[in-house]
Amino acid sequence: MRKNYDKWISSGTPFVWLNAGAVAISILMVAGVLGVLVVKGMANFWPADVLHADYQPPAENGQIIVSKILGESVDSEAVLGSQIISSGIPVSDAQDFYTRQLIKRGNRDVSGADFAWVLSDFIYEASYPQKVVTIERREWGNFYGFLMNLFEDDISLIGSGEATSPQADLWYEFTNRIERAVRIQDDIDKIEKEGIDEVNYDLERLRLLERKFEIDNELDSVKIRSLADERARLDRVYSGLQEELSDLYLEVGRDRAVFLTADGVEKSIQLSDVVRAYRANSLNIFEKLLIYFSKISEFLTDDPREANTEGGIFPAIFGTVMMVLLMSVFVTPFGVVAAVYLREYAKQGTVTNIIRVAVNNLAGVPSIVYGVFGLGFFIYIVGGGIDQFFYSEALPAPTFGTPGLLWASLTLALLTVPVVIVSTEEGLARIPRSVREGSLALGATKFETLWRVVLPMASPAMMTGLILAVARAAGEVAPLMLVGVVKLAPSLPVDGNYPYLHLDQQFMHLGFHIYDVGFQSPNIEAARPLVFATALLLVIVIAVLNVTAVSIRNRLREKFKSLDV
Amino acid sequence: MKKVEVRTSLDNGLETLEELKSCVDVKDLNLYYSKDKQALIDVNLKIPEQRVTAFIGPSGCGKSSLLRCFNRMNDLVDDCVIVGRIEIDGEDIYKKAVDVADLRRRVGMVFQKPNPFPKSIYENVAYGLRIQGVNSKRILDDAVEKSLRAAALWDEVKDRLSDSALGLSGGQQQRLVIARTIAVEPEVLLLDEPASALDPISTLKIEELISELKKHYTIVIVTHNMQQAARVSDYTAFMYMGNMVEFDKTDIIFTNPSKKQTEDYITGRYG
Repeated sequence: MRKNYDKWISSGTPFVWLNAGAVAISILMVAGVLGVLVVKGMANFWPADVLHADYQPPAENGQIIVSKILGESVDSEAVLGSQIISSGIPVSDAQDFYTRQLIKRGNRDVSGADFAWVLSDFIYEASYPQKVVTIERREWGNFYGFLMNLFEDDISLIGSGEATSPQADLWYEFTNRIERAVRIQDDIDKIEKEGIDEVNYDLERLRLLERKFEIDNELDSVKIRSLADERARLDRVYSGLQEELSDLYLEVGRDRAVFLTADGVEKSIQLSDVVRAYRANSLNIFEKLLIYFSKISEFLTDDPREANTEGGIFPAIFGTVMMVLLMSVFVTPFGVVAAVYLREYAKQGTVTNIIRVAVNNLAGVPSIVYGVFGLGFFIYIVGGGIDQFFYSEALPAPTFGTPGLLWASLTLALLTVPVVIVSTEEGLARIPRSVREGSLALGATKFETLWRVVLPMASPAMMTGLILAVARAAGEVAPLMLVGVVKLAPSLPVDGNYPYLHLDQQFMHLGFHIYDVGFQSPNIEAARPLVFATALLLVIVIAVLNVTAVSIRNRLREKFKSLDV
Repeated sequence: MKKVEVRTSLDNGLETLEELKSCVDVKDLNLYYSKDKQALIDVNLKIPEQRVTAFIGPSGCGKSSLLRCFNRMNDLVDDCVIVGRIEIDGEDIYKKAVDVADLRRRVGMVFQKPNPFPKSIYENVAYGLRIQGVNSKRILDDAVEKSLRAAALWDEVKDRLSDSALGLSGGQQQRLVIARTIAVEPEVLLLDEPASALDPISTLKIEELISELKKHYTIVIVTHNMQQAARVSDYTAFMYMGNMVEFDKTDIIFTNPSKKQTEDYITGRYG
């Protein structure tokens, strides 16, 4: 027996099990993280059935208080009976646990809070009425209610004669009119975002130009006149757009609908406020899927609304990718050049080794320290200097002397440059001496050898460095809060206005978005699913960036595969 | 068969060393890798033009170090100190004014292990010319074909010039490296144990190639293999512990050496 045991140990089987176990646990943890993110994040977009019920919890002195519930059940949990009693609801203490449900009942403007916990045991007459309408609004969150009436220019459409079965036709008319309103709203957004923005941008440039002439004492009557002409032209364009807009606003404000809430309150809603409306309980699975995917695509492609707790996160995705790409553009050449000097040109000795250790240690400096450095050095000193010399006409308003995309990218480049240096150096060290000598023996100088043979062969190692850098930079939030990220950026850093890429602009970032939505939001229940969805998206974005870099590296590796035969 | 041919060329009554025009002239050369590690001691040597000269000797005797002095490859070794003179075509190659890159173009070198670049076969051969700034496709095409033919590789690779050189066999790679070296038309060709990492068939091909190339180039070959030295070289230098022991016509070294040390080595007493 003992002998068998020893033999089993020395055979290595337990070691194999240990190794496999470690791998299994790692995989489980990763799968767990992704699983939680997917389940918690993606469920938010499902058009859930709307529950209609009476809620009658026990009350002090045997009073009977009945309230209506109308909303989506989004969560449930078990709570200790004693805990409920101490919160003021006198439930029977014979029962240890009670289940309570979180109901998303919307109607924040009517009832104050749009989420409520209810005890499942005291829900009576639960039903899922076909006619209850879920409305996603541009403001105030969701609304749940029953469609009662529809007005066009304050004239009721009910009783105008044509409707034979008023309810069915009313709903049909309502959805048609919403489509129209959404279309007009899109036009309005387009004019506001593109037309007006462009005019404003041009006007601002004109103002800066005038100010520049003024500073340089070059403002003569010819210039004044041409500036005034230009300004008048822009003003005409602007008022034209304004006119167009006010027409559209009139158009979009034509219709309104009246709804009845569960508590019997009548609520009038402008159709221009509606993003999407559907009768969840009467949808079949395909219709629900359609709404589900349209909500996901809205999440991916739209701007955020309602303090980031509604709408999409496209600016954050865009900002994250943009910043990582810019960082890569900065960090790769810089790290490679530094590594080439350290490995190829510097005399190898104590000093070089000290520098090498210092570089390695830089990778361990907490990221917030880099943030502080970026703010102090890049923004105040470098950015302030740039403003003094090149943008003096805009002062005292800073152009580059304020947090922005460029400084955030540079700060992260600084944060990740040690990684690139270290892996490039390792790559250079791996290039066989024989290949270098082969090139030198053909009359190539050291530089030509480096440029034509050594660096291409070391390129997979550079890519490895870049992959590590991207993985670190894309997930970094702390330093960004100091050097460029904002809760809500008014516009993307890339647009149609010259110079198209606005490096001085502040931007949104998925990582910061998670923090902001999750922890700075006034409406935590509404924001929670978005935190998970955003986190999932951040993971996906980083994965996509990494997979791209890895596939480039593998192609390079194939091209320069090792010389060892 | 080839062996016999080489033998006849040796029997052809070569000029004695004194009668030949020398190409590389080594005078009182000392080489130190560090203060107490001297690799070459007072080496004096005149390598004849357009002949094959072999360096033989036991491991660590300094034959590779000597060879690497001729194209200043030892410059790459930290702390390597060279005292003495080496003249190639009458010019001191260790003078300050010498352009090392140009020297290395004139004195080509092939290494022990095949070291093709991770580029296409074509680009490997064109490398040296591109370094010199030649970019005309016509000139490059001509040079590549000529060099590959001279290295007896053309027929094997002419249909796949754009394939990676790393896909060639070891022997082909070594011939490619030779082609790459002669593409820049050097005056001297240094071969540092060019066949030691190859199989017998490839070795034979390289040896045939050497006897072909000596018509145009001064060739210096370092070899561990005494038979190889006897087969391919016209003149042989025997080195031992950093000293140049004996240098003479190959058949004299192998049949009637004047030094006891040489004879001991040739007959296999040590080494």
